[in-house]
Amino acid sequence: MSEGELIGSYIVPVHPHTVLAPEQNEGWGRLRTAYDDAAQRIKESGADLLIIYSTTWPSIIGHQIIADPNPEWVMVDHDFHELGSIPYSFNIDEKFAHAWNEANEKRGLKSRTVAYHGFPIDVGSVVALKLLNPDNAIPAVIVSSNVYANRAETTVLAKACMDVVKATGRKAIAITAMSLSNRMFTKPIEPKDDRIHSLKDDEWNLKILELLGEGRLEDVGQLSRTIHRQIRVNKVVAFKPMWWLSGMNSNRNNLTGQVLAYEALHGAGGAVVHLDPTPSGAGDIEYDEDDVEYFAGERNVLDGDQSDHQEIDSVNVESKPGEPQENGPALWDPTEGKDSVNSAAAPKPVGAYPHARRVGDLLYLSGVGPRQPGTNAIPGGPIHDADGKPLNYDIKAQTQAVVDNITRILEEAGGTINDVLDVTSFLVDMDRDFQGYNEVWAETLGQVGPTRTTLAIRALPTPIAVEMKVIAKAPPAE
Amino acid sequence: MSKGEIVAGCLAPHPPHLVYAENPPQNEPIAEGGWEQLRWGYERLRESLAGVDYDAIVLLSPHWQTYVGTHFLGLPNFKSLSVDPVFPNLFRYHYDLDIDVELAQQIHDRAADAGLAVAMMKNPDFRVDYGAITTGHMFNPSWDKPLVVISSNRSRDYYSVEVMQEMMIELGRVTREAILASGKKVVVIASNSLSHRHFTTESAIPEDMSKEHIASHAMHLWDMRMIEYFRTGQAQRILDEMPEFTEQAIAESDGGGLSWLLSTLDVPTYPGILHGYGTIIGTGNAIVEWPARNHKEASE
Ligand SMILES: [Fe+2]
Repeated sequence: MSEGELIGSYIVPVHPHTVLAPEQNEGWGRLRTAYDDAAQRIKESGADLLIIYSTTWPSIIGHQIIADPNPEWVMVDHDFHELGSIPYSFNIDEKFAHAWNEANEKRGLKSRTVAYHGFPIDVGSVVALKLLNPDNAIPAVIVSSNVYANRAETTVLAKACMDVVKATGRKAIAITAMSLSNRMFTKPIEPKDDRIHSLKDDEWNLKILELLGEGRLEDVGQLSRTIHRQIRVNKVVAFKPMWWLSGMNSNRNNLTGQVLAYEALHGAGGAVVHLDPTPSGAGDIEYDEDDVEYFAGERNVLDGDQSDHQEIDSVNVESKPGEPQENGPALWDPTEGKDSVNSAAAPKPVGAYPHARRVGDLLYLSGVGPRQPGTNAIPGGPIHDADGKPLNYDIKAQTQAVVDNITRILEEAGGTINDVLDVTSFLVDMDRDFQGYNEVWAETLGQVGPTRTTLAIRALPTPIAVEMKVIAKAPPAE
Repeated sequence: MSKGEIVAGCLAPHPPHLVYAENPPQNEPIAEGGWEQLRWGYERLRESLAGVDYDAIVLLSPHWQTYVGTHFLGLPNFKSLSVDPVFPNLFRYHYDLDIDVELAQQIHDRAADAGLAVAMMKNPDFRVDYGAITTGHMFNPSWDKPLVVISSNRSRDYYSVEVMQEMMIELGRVTREAILASGKKVVVIASNSLSHRHFTTESAIPEDMSKEHIASHAMHLWDMRMIEYFRTGQAQRILDEMPEFTEQAIAESDGGGLSWLLSTLDVPTYPGILHGYGTIIGTGNAIVEWPARNHKEASE
């Protein structure tokens, strides 16, 4: 099986007018024609999966994914109920939904699947699937939009989705069901009188569509917060769909974009846009934020809110010291916290701490010495005996053992020695040991290239000569 | 025809967890309990009104969110399955509720006359939102009184809390007029939480009460401040502080229910009865009754 890929993206409007009343207004009719054109393009593309991110399905506890293989009901819009009802019966890819849910959890996201009879599929998803997949020929999945999610969480959601697309060899289409400007008229209007609510909204919509027409999706993603402030009524969700869609497209700026239609829907901006992955244009990226692989808490939850989701969960210290060692302190089992990374292949700690801890993109390792897991032996020998009498020892062997232990811990976390970013080394005898330590460094971590600081200290807790404190890049998932 | 009367006004929040924990036959999921403080609060509210005669319940729910004006359920009966889109694991409720279409139309017409954008919802396929059903069930599990269900106009999102409140006070005023003119005895209910900051995670067993507490100290302070005003008959201060409360406590009063309620009660100066307070996934919820029947504002 070849690796799956995203073969196209579409941005489509959410309101029911395109399904129920395309004949009542020329603009609504043009949006419908564009919808039908998009459906034809999708059919001819050979796509075998439609993935919908809907802004009209808010969620609070993480993201939700429809996993009912055949959801059926009749949808009536909360505002536009007088236009009529939309009965639906969809073909949902249950297996993909479950796989995406698992991939989300692997990347640190809260996620759940939803498969209940009568679950109310939101208006945006219903309209999009009705029109883009009229005969249900292509299976679909639908994901909610979390009200608290910011860019990091939304981007990681896309990456988890692409993990599954790639692993399952799918030819997928990503769809965001959304408005551009979302300010509607607050009073009923005659269909013939529909127009974009204000000139400012229209200008911003045109700016967004110009960028999308040039395939500059990531630029629109980076403008999302500005767009939200400028032309988005503060409904439940922010202007997040471009974060997700850009994440689905590897945050690229050189897609081939085409605007199929842009019209007003009761004052809001509705557009049908096709983004083809074929490279075009310059595609330079001015990525303004960390490219997050693993979600470990949101930094800007509810902008202005004082609650801080970076808070570190307190660790349940169940570990107790074991028997005191003949030559050194007692050994402990590593503590188990929410983000702890511990390895049976690394030596036991000498206190209540984990081998490593994951925070966001980074992995913080507790100080690593040369002791051997299991035997507790020190390669190159201890620096003194049980009575404190100095012994001759091999600093090069100790240093190599430290590097080996670091490698084991990083591998346990799913990474490699190449992920090391920064090292602080502690030597108990700088004069005697620096040269040997430095030689082993040059052959091992020196090849990886982390920044380094070396300090001389009076002693370490066990009879060892060298210890390293490491910060590494966290691997995307276990 | 005798003059209509508002016999009571209630703040009666709608987190679906309450119905879930009650295990009524209408709801599919099964719970082992939970949120007893609030459920017993609802019990006290029901007891308080047990001997009071009334004809209809007028309820404003923040989960029928309308952006094009205020809407009213406009058919005599709605019967279907309501599945909460946010907590489908907790709430899949088979409802069968009657609407007092006549009273709904009367409030609608007066609102239209007052210049508010309004609509009657007459699509039989429409599904009633879970907020209205949760409050409807917790307030009156036998469903033996007809309802008027009013949508939550999201004018706060479009303009500001101030503009929202201006519109809701006007809607409350015409609601009151319509009720008094109808000759009916009515309970008016705002279905909303107070502070509304949710947890973003859920425990494996949703009813694990060791996980339940207010989201933050600031939220607690705001809730207690509001409750103190409820208890001491200072409704005007609630309206005055509504913008700060709604912004800072991310309060569900953003849907306009509380402002509308206090306006239908003519901004009461008598104390409300606090029947219960508790948190639900971090949000603050109070069950409060203003016994309007015991005060002269009731008759005018
Ligand atoms: Fe609510």
